[in-house]
Amino acid sequence: MLNIKCPWCGERPEVEFRCGGESHIQRPGPHTEVSDEAWANYLFYRDNPKGVLFERWVHSGGCGEWFNVARNTVTHEILAVYQMTDPKPVLEDPKE
Amino acid sequence: MSAYRLENGGYIDRSQQISFQFDGKKLSGFQGDTLASALLANHVDVIGRSFKYHRPRGILAAGLDEANAIMQIGSGAESSPNLKATQVELIEGLQARSVNAWPSLKFDLLAVNAVFKRFLPAGFYYKTFMWPDWHWFEPAIRNAAGLGKSPDQPDPDIYDKRSADCDILVIGGGICGLMAARLAAESGANVLLVEVDSAWGGSALCWPTLIDDSDAASWCASTVAELHQKPNVVVLNRTMAFGYYDHNLVGLVQRLVPAQSDGLTPRERMWKVRAKTVVLATGAFERPLVFPNNDRPGVMLASAGASYVSRFGVAVGRKVLIATNNDSAYESAFVLKEAGVDVVALVDARASAASEVTQRAQDMGLVIISNSTVTNVKGSSGLRSAEVCELNADNQPVAKSRRSIQCDSVLTSGGWSPAVHLFSQSGGKLKFDDETQAFVPKRSVQNEISIGAAAGIFELGASLAHAQDRIGTVLKSLNLSAKPTETSVSKHAGLGAIKSLWSVEGEMLDRPGAKAWVDFQNDVTSSDVKLALRENFRSVEHVKRYTTLGMASDQGKTSNVNGIGVMSVELRCDPGDVGTTKFRPPYNPLTIGAFAGRRVGENLNPLRPLPSAARQIELGAKLEDYGGWHRPAYYVERGQSEHECVSKEVLATRNSLGLFDASPLGKIEVFGPDAAEFLNRIYANNMKTLKVGRCRYGLMLNENGIIYDDGILARIAEDHYLVGTTSGHASAIADMLQEWLQCEWVHLDVATSNVTTNWAVMNVNGPKARALLEKFDSSFDFGAHAFPHMHFREGELEGVPCRIQRVSFSGELSYEVSVPWGYGASLFDNIMVLGEEFAIQPFGVESLMTMRIEKGFLHVGSDTDGMTVPQDVGFGRIVEKKTDDFVGRRSIMRPDALRSGRRQLVGLDVTDGGDALPIGGHVVDQGQSPPTASRGWVTSSVFSPTLSKPVALGLVEGGADRIGDEIEIWDLGTRRRARIVAPGAYDAKGERLHV
Ligand SMILES: [Zn+2]
Repeated sequence: MLNIKCPWCGERPEVEFRCGGESHIQRPGPHTEVSDEAWANYLFYRDNPKGVLFERWVHSGGCGEWFNVARNTVTHEILAVYQMTDPKPVLEDPKE
Repeated sequence: MSAYRLENGGYIDRSQQISFQFDGKKLSGFQGDTLASALLANHVDVIGRSFKYHRPRGILAAGLDEANAIMQIGSGAESSPNLKATQVELIEGLQARSVNAWPSLKFDLLAVNAVFKRFLPAGFYYKTFMWPDWHWFEPAIRNAAGLGKSPDQPDPDIYDKRSADCDILVIGGGICGLMAARLAAESGANVLLVEVDSAWGGSALCWPTLIDDSDAASWCASTVAELHQKPNVVVLNRTMAFGYYDHNLVGLVQRLVPAQSDGLTPRERMWKVRAKTVVLATGAFERPLVFPNNDRPGVMLASAGASYVSRFGVAVGRKVLIATNNDSAYESAFVLKEAGVDVVALVDARASAASEVTQRAQDMGLVIISNSTVTNVKGSSGLRSAEVCELNADNQPVAKSRRSIQCDSVLTSGGWSPAVHLFSQSGGKLKFDDETQAFVPKRSVQNEISIGAAAGIFELGASLAHAQDRIGTVLKSLNLSAKPTETSVSKHAGLGAIKSLWSVEGEMLDRPGAKAWVDFQNDVTSSDVKLALRENFRSVEHVKRYTTLGMASDQGKTSNVNGIGVMSVELRCDPGDVGTTKFRPPYNPLTIGAFAGRRVGENLNPLRPLPSAARQIELGAKLEDYGGWHRPAYYVERGQSEHECVSKEVLATRNSLGLFDASPLGKIEVFGPDAAEFLNRIYANNMKTLKVGRCRYGLMLNENGIIYDDGILARIAEDHYLVGTTSGHASAIADMLQEWLQCEWVHLDVATSNVTTNWAVMNVNGPKARALLEKFDSSFDFGAHAFPHMHFREGELEGVPCRIQRVSFSGELSYEVSVPWGYGASLFDNIMVLGEEFAIQPFGVESLMTMRIEKGFLHVGSDTDGMTVPQDVGFGRIVEKKTDDFVGRRSIMRPDALRSGRRQLVGLDVTDGGDALPIGGHVVDQGQSPPTASRGWVTSSVFSPTLSKPVALGLVEGGADRIGDEIEIWDLGTRRRARIVAPGAYDAKGERLHV
């Protein structure tokens, strides 16, 4: 079980949070100009990296705030926690 | 076996006799015994039958590595299956049964399996499932499979859970673990020390040890007592660390009472511990030697033989032969010899042990047989002799050299495997160490250290020095320090120079039928492992699954590394190249109760009560779970069916007045300058144009365009809406609104608040609803023009803040009257009292559903499914007109959403004169029966009390264009006929709403 550092509440156990999947997904629009393919990409296509994944979490059992997490999908190490509106941080590729 | 209780010695209290039962036989032991030691002391040699061949088995080990002595403990509801006799503390009246023996231990019918042994090689089940027909074998296999029995009554015990944080979690209360805990405690760190056993001391319980010239037992006792005194230390024995999870979370299960609960004390407590650093002092497991018939009762681990003497005052035999490939068995031999047991020979696979160890053995008069190993055991009832052979330079037994040595038990040591389970679960990587012939920790991933035998250091003096050094480093990293103490410990044999000797096969001695066991609990022999390799299962993970090696409840504690060793010999590689299988939690089997904790029975999924809950029970409501709420389905009348009760409620409401506690309705306040813009993006229909004081039905989609929820929205002010959701979706939608606001539309100035349980809602329903509400002392004008249908008003009712929406799900004049939750019960009561003159009738969810089906209102989740888009339920024009984007907008423009022939919601009018249509019945083409294409199905159906005929709704392919068509409905062999009509059998024009 992960130990996640909520930007507002500090370190709390994973059970207090809910993962919202990959972050930094751009919702395409306006709807009248989006191709079926672009819309399908937005809805269904996600990266599945062995390594760093940028995802959004919400402190659902706490303050209710959403934030971004950079997590290593192999070691589950959390490399960064940052605000929803912040850009993707540049992280060094953790080598084995 | 000729085990017996020694006159002296052991940490047992011979003055406290304890009686217990084994397979119905009355026996007795002493305070401090385990079930295993007591059984040995009572000369019980066969304690179970093996899983596959039902061979008789005896006790193998003295701790949780036990593979054979699997017991059913207790009876009735308190019965626990599959406990290891070596872990069960003896208590008065304990009842134990052997498992896997039928009909009895002495006479086991299934032992015939052993006769047909050649039919059950590795992969037998896989091959059998394919050829020729699994059912030939099924009855026999089913009868043979399975170990203990789970109790068939609810568990009467209480289980607890708690979470804890600490700086340093020390797992293992042996000498190294205690030393580590003491140093950590002195530094001021918050320390949690756990030991799975009831007793402290680890290996010192097996091999007597002097620490600072005092007996290890008293050193342990004083150290533990000292730690107990410290405010920064928590000390728990009988507590197992069962799993090592992400971010240094360790799961513990603490046994609070040895066996039976008093109904107040929890039986077990599960701890979830988050530690800054974990110290793994988990020790090591001895490996048995693998040779033909090594599974016979009377063949045990050497250290177990020593443990039974040192800890329990039990000698495992009168004439004991010890076979080894390392020095540690010498230490065990010394223990037996000093207790007066006749050690007939020490058979060593090597030329010699370390010189000081050999010297000590000679001084004690032990007979050492070098360069030899045990190759068989004999005796029909109990061991009579062991066969010993010399080993040649290639480690092969020399058949000609075989000789028989009289003995009644054989103790073996094939080396030691550090208990790296938790280390490996933490993500740590292992390596095979040639010098110790063991898998040892190589590289850590999480914050943990291994010390003592768990680190592959088997000599106590060296272990302690290493442990103190490593703890020092940990403390430094926490900005703490403690001064290591000079501690002298008595010298032990240690491991010495171990020689690899993975297995001796029957084939080597021209006895191909004689099997050598690797995994005792799952009956896996070395020839099974070799067969798997011959069939080209090369990966250790594949060999494990094909042979079932290490897959029994002991998880291969004594067998995994031996299996890897056998593989390495056959594959001519290093055991490190074979590698280990993945270590997974739990380290040792656990009770399910420990995981469930208090979440059992009603606490598993607690239902929320209505504000009028107490009154509902008085009124005879049949309460059921609706979306997590405990709500009345209907009100039970004696001698009447559910349908009769529902009909009465419906007719009373339609004719005069009904009351429904609608408090679970979702209520979310949405405020802010951008509230209208935000809700317009959330709902499929236009929410910007809603006027203040008005209500509007809203349809909500998910981003895939599928109908997700519906409800009534009220605009309280320009910048303030009250969003209504279905009862089951309230919190999910509150969360969803925030997700959109925080993650996507971050610049919208909107705040939301879920007020579902702030407001109780009483739904007053029926033609007399207005007359009833006018009887209240309130600030509202209920006049038809002052307060029309689909309007919202705020005010006071009997001096209490009140919100009223004039909306209807029944088709009648209807008001949803909201007051603060705490006033809900009294509002319900007041309505019932004032409603007496209108013969008011409380009604339940089933009656509301009947009325909405009569009215043709859709119910999301009943009349829609995971494919239903707004166009399918008559919302095509509305969404077409809306030019703005909204959630799911682009998805309902996909070709599939726009195609004709989609399933659409329609009304169904029964034309065959029958009763209500079956819900789920399929629409089929004229005259067709399954297998045939389904053209849709019935989604909602009742016999209408109002219209005295069946009414139904359904999703039918192209339904909207087929109004008037007659269709056939097929359900479980019956065929029904109905006509497609527009939804809304009752008051289609809505005249009853606008009164
Ligand atoms: Zn938080």
